[in-house]
Amino acid sequence: MPVPPGVGKEENFFSLDDILLSQERLPCRTDTTFPRLGFLEKSNDSRDIPEATKMEMPLWLAKGLYERKRRVLSVELPKVYREGWRTVFNADPTVVDLHKMGPYYYGLGSQLLHFQHPENPEIAQAVLQTFIGRFRRTMDASQNAYNKDTSALVEPLDSLERALFKVGQSGLNAFQRWEMGQASHLSASSLVLNYRKRKITDLHD
Amino acid sequence: MFCEKAIELIRELQRMGDGQLPAFNEDGIRQVLEEMKALYQQNQSDVNEAKSEGRSELIPTIKFRHCCLFRNQRCIAAYLYDRLLRIRALRWEYGSVLPTAIRFHMCAEELEWFNQYKKSLATYMRSLGGEEGLDITQDVKPPKSLYIEVRCLKDHGEFEIDDGTVILLKKNSQHFLPRWKCEQLIRQGILEHVVS
Repeated sequence: MPVPPGVGKEENFFSLDDILLSQERLPCRTDTTFPRLGFLEKSNDSRDIPEATKMEMPLWLAKGLYERKRRVLSVELPKVYREGWRTVFNADPTVVDLHKMGPYYYGLGSQLLHFQHPENPEIAQAVLQTFIGRFRRTMDASQNAYNKDTSALVEPLDSLERALFKVGQSGLNAFQRWEMGQASHLSASSLVLNYRKRKITDLHD
Repeated sequence: MFCEKAIELIRELQRMGDGQLPAFNEDGIRQVLEEMKALYQQNQSDVNEAKSEGRSELIPTIKFRHCCLFRNQRCIAAYLYDRLLRIRALRWEYGSVLPTAIRFHMCAEELEWFNQYKKSLATYMRSLGGEEGLDITQDVKPPKSLYIEVRCLKDHGEFEIDDGTVILLKKNSQHFLPRWKCEQLIRQGILEHVVS
């Protein structure tokens, strides 16, 4: 079993999912000079990153540099968490493709609460309401799509929703197997099967 | 940007779904460690300068590099730890002897760890259930009967069961065998459980 991602504002140190989530980029503005790091900012040739430079930073770096008391950098909201998009999510959360917009819409939304943004309560509310609005459909789909191609159902889901969908599907499949009296049927491990699949494709190359 | 190599390692693991083990990326690890060494040295010299000449404006830069060092550390630790979890799962799926192709994907330290894990598990299983010990990797699903019908999916050679009978596991042949003897072979994909 891999290390599960953290819940809410907490990140799990060893979780691969959380590491990839914290790689998401945020629009930032520096509120101080970073001497000798000018080479990271391609837009100007100076040796330093001057104050008031707009640049994109991964979440982990913004989290590490951000301080409440001293102004080092300010984090701006990514497009999908701004008011315009929040109204869209409010209108009908089920029509948006969260995978294209995220794929860590919920995770990043929760992480944004670390930065003292005046719109934080609205963001938290929007993220929560979006999840509530979409959950029923996700659950329904995962419990009823049996022996079917689920790729179209899974495609617009956020990574959190995908994980939930997968759990629901494995529960459904286990239940169906039990109903058909196959629960005690022994089968080859999926690791072994996948490994063999890969070997066959290797042969074709 | 810093830490690009480190995230590449994580992506590589993540792409391999279902707990499969990709080849140990020694080169990637080395590059991350080199970047960390460079960051550390730059920080050392900047810290000295900030201290001796009182240049406090360097502090944001020092903190910036410090964050990158931590990030690299986290990525490497997570990479190694996730691999260990996968390797541990292999013991339960394949049994104590791994196929060469998989061993080929592990580094020397991981092989060493696997051997130690195997030993610990064996010692523990010997300590259970009286004289003979208990194989806890067996009967993960509760058994319904002692004997089961199996079909051979590939030639496996001769196979001895408890009462001393030797049977030949030939492709497409069908046998009625003690369940606990063939559970592992089924998991390895050599036998197939036939339910009538």
